[in-house]
Amino acid sequence: MLMILLDRVTKTYGKHATPALDRVSLHVEPKEFVIVVGQSGAGKTTLLRLLTREEKPTTGKIIVGGVDYDKLKDHDIPLLRRKIGVVFQDFKLLPNRTVFENVAFALEIVGMGSYEIRNTVPKVLDIVNLRGKEKRMPFELSGGERQRVAIARAIVRQPKILIADEPTGNLDPKHAWDVINVLEKINKYGTTVLLTTHNQDIVTKLKRRVVTIQHGHIVSDKASSAEYKL
Amino acid sequence: MRHRKLITFGRIIKTGLTNFLRNAWLAAAAMAVMTVTLTIVLFSVITSATFNNTIEQINAKINVSIYLADSTTLDQANVMMQQLRTLPEVKQVSYISKDQALAIFTAGNSTNLALQQAINQTGNPLPASLKVMPQDPSHIASIEKFIKDPKNVALEDPQNPSSYHGDQKAAVDKIAHATNVMRQAGVVAVAVFAVISMLIIFNTIQMAIFNRRDELTIMRLLGASTSFIRGPFVVESIMYGVISAFISVAFIDVLFIASSSALQASSLGLLDINYSNTYFHSHFWMLLGMQLAVGIIIGAGSSIMATRRYLKFKTK
Repeated sequence: MLMILLDRVTKTYGKHATPALDRVSLHVEPKEFVIVVGQSGAGKTTLLRLLTREEKPTTGKIIVGGVDYDKLKDHDIPLLRRKIGVVFQDFKLLPNRTVFENVAFALEIVGMGSYEIRNTVPKVLDIVNLRGKEKRMPFELSGGERQRVAIARAIVRQPKILIADEPTGNLDPKHAWDVINVLEKINKYGTTVLLTTHNQDIVTKLKRRVVTIQHGHIVSDKASSAEYKL
Repeated sequence: MRHRKLITFGRIIKTGLTNFLRNAWLAAAAMAVMTVTLTIVLFSVITSATFNNTIEQINAKINVSIYLADSTTLDQANVMMQQLRTLPEVKQVSYISKDQALAIFTAGNSTNLALQQAINQTGNPLPASLKVMPQDPSHIASIEKFIKDPKNVALEDPQNPSSYHGDQKAAVDKIAHATNVMRQAGVVAVAVFAVISMLIIFNTIQMAIFNRRDELTIMRLLGASTSFIRGPFVVESIMYGVISAFISVAFIDVLFIASSSALQASSLGLLDINYSNTYFHSHFWMLLGMQLAVGIIIGAGSSIMATRRYLKFKTK
């Protein structure tokens, strides 16, 4: 079974605008690591927002992890989102909560007991190298640290799919690689990863499947990104 | 599953309380506004009750006297009283005999010796009378009709028409009208203050939630359910309501204790502050309950309405 299936998906904002995505079809197998590249405005973010059901496609079919979005009821959207981990370019951390609480929030949502939460969160903070900063507030952290909190939050529920929207966009090279290494580690444990990026260095060194979007169309889909030029 | 729901419910309460403490400044500002508006509502309720009491006192003084001819027997007077008592607009009827009338008159003019002497020499010129207290001074048409009934006119004193007549009738009607208008004005004032308070409180809570709309959308993106996101905000708003209600009641209480004499002087005698004080303390629990109910309902309702728009899913 495919992890992600997009079948001729079109998304148009407003009635007569040119589509942000135009008849896009994409298949992603479980445990795959896919890099999505394309210029700003090409339609990458729209693609990701469709997958998290922040947007609804104008036409076309989307099935993620066996869930057909056409049949998805509003009150089931939260349940769907709990199965997908998302890392946002602007982090989207809860400003009034500590590092620990931000990560714990993802588990509170699913009703996990406090004892279990206290056991699970530190392990994930270990993975992203944030041990010892549990009590910091988001504004006390650097950009790289914030992004790693966001990743910890996205992976703590062990989602089947992780979507990362330019997670390195605001980071210096060293921190960017910290983030990418975490994504690779999660992928090795069996999570399907969908990563969008602008960073040539990352694309070249990752040597993963790379999908290019231009003006709302998928213009290339290569098995390895090693030779790929942005 | 049930266990999970319990955990989640506990978390909603705990998060609400934590947020309340962490957003102390916002909470203080919101509660200040709520306290002021709830105090105004409480104040208007007490004022209106006091006003009504004053009106009652004025109305209680309005009565219609039917003077009886000397030839009318006590039995005939009793029949008239029975008939009057059957009228729905009549509250109370009492008989005042000639002797009682004289005693009242003498007591009222005890300093006027010349008048006393004149009365003593002429015998008792005062007629016996029926004192009719209406339920509501503005509704005395049937009493008037009774007085003008030819069967009764025969028994009445031809020299002294009933007190509901001429200038006196005009005065009674005027007072009755004025008190009615004032009573209605009181109800309208309370209603207006209540509605304005609700709008102000709603607006305050909406602004507080608008400030934190990002939080709401983030929680939504992470897959939190509607009740899990909204719950803490409702808990927090209810806290605002409860605390503001207590403060408003305490404030009014202190106001009465500290400055009842000053208030009495400044109200120019238009309001009976002593009655306000008595009313407040005899209805203390009811008023506190009312304030709490208003605070809780408006707080919870506002936060539910204000969070709604940030929790919607896109349908297009």
